[in-house]
Amino acid sequence: MQPLNDILKLLGKETLIPVSAASLTFLAAPLIGLVSVMVVSTILWVSNMDPQNTFVGDVIVVIYLLLVPSISIVMGGFASGNPLASLGASREMKLILSYELPFILATLVAVIQADFSIRLGDILTTQAQNGITAASWSGGLALLIAVMCTQAKLALVPFDAPEAETEISHGVLIEYSGTLLAAYRLMKNMLLFSLPFFIIIVYLGGVKLNGLHLLYGSLEYVALVAVITLIRNTNPRLRMDQVLRFFWGPMTILAIIAVMLALGDY
Amino acid sequence: MGILENAFLKSLWVFHLATGSCNNCDIEFLDCLTPRHDIERFGMLLTGSIKHADVLLVTGAVNRQCIPRIKRLYEQMPKPRLVVAIGECALSRGIFVHSYNCPMPLDHVIPVDVYIPGCPPKPEAIIAGLVKLIESRKAQTTQGKP
Repeated sequence: MQPLNDILKLLGKETLIPVSAASLTFLAAPLIGLVSVMVVSTILWVSNMDPQNTFVGDVIVVIYLLLVPSISIVMGGFASGNPLASLGASREMKLILSYELPFILATLVAVIQADFSIRLGDILTTQAQNGITAASWSGGLALLIAVMCTQAKLALVPFDAPEAETEISHGVLIEYSGTLLAAYRLMKNMLLFSLPFFIIIVYLGGVKLNGLHLLYGSLEYVALVAVITLIRNTNPRLRMDQVLRFFWGPMTILAIIAVMLALGDY
Repeated sequence: MGILENAFLKSLWVFHLATGSCNNCDIEFLDCLTPRHDIERFGMLLTGSIKHADVLLVTGAVNRQCIPRIKRLYEQMPKPRLVVAIGECALSRGIFVHSYNCPMPLDHVIPVDVYIPGCPPKPEAIIAGLVKLIESRKAQTTQGKP
């Protein structure tokens, strides 16, 4: 109940806008992020429940919309006119640059396995017929990469340099208070559901809403969150150059190997 | 008691301000955050930004250099806001009572909701003070006052 209490409390608090802030961008940024997470959750649920009824190219839309929350954080950070927030925003921007390439390559693996279809529905039906993506060598590798990218997208330790509490005191969120901070918290909490759910759909065959399958789906989600929490609690914070080296080095190379394996039907 | 007020009392985020204390109170307060004492079970969280804070914890004697800064921090806290004074120095200037540099105790600068005496107060005393803060606020709101 604690996240609910936190958000309710923030809704009841005063919202302060700093004098040095670009007020329109400062106010709009959290709402843009929150709305995009809502839209992406809707697309994911619709394609999960009714795989035939999705539109062509929704994989691209989902990848794009999952990027928008990070961009909204960058916008809000730069708009708040605080040096620490600007530092956090520039770090978030570097973080986006580093994780986005391996994340797209990892999603490409599932697209290749579904005969180059960029529809989530086709990816789901392929998995229903041929077994889940993660069961193949390329899919397993891509799942690993996607989990690491999820960690970075959520800006959790070891990739929490943009919001380093002890170092730049919440960084991008330092000037946010009240309802706007509540919007950001809600966005983060919803992302903590949407991103693992996207991984379940693309690599683990989605959640079927009947009987025992529902239990399996929930267990998959809990397992993914447990892995994310385990990584968060057992690692120190990385510097930005280490993050860049990690994602552009080992992760991108692994992702390219996974794509090549998928092209070779492994 | 309304939903918002209830949520407020279950999620008090704390900002820790040391106005030139000898660090004893700071150490004792930081002990409260450890798993042994654990004030997070009351929903309290130490924040790094004053804009996120609900409670301002002040330790140390209020000296001339600090007075404008304390006022500024208090003004930057979004309402509703609470102030807790920890330690003898913040309460009544302690051994600095005759000092040229400490003209007044904390409650002459900003309104204080809870006083926690001690030099330094034990972590248990700090937790007891914070729980009393929650209880008194609950009692106020159930009587219909804001």
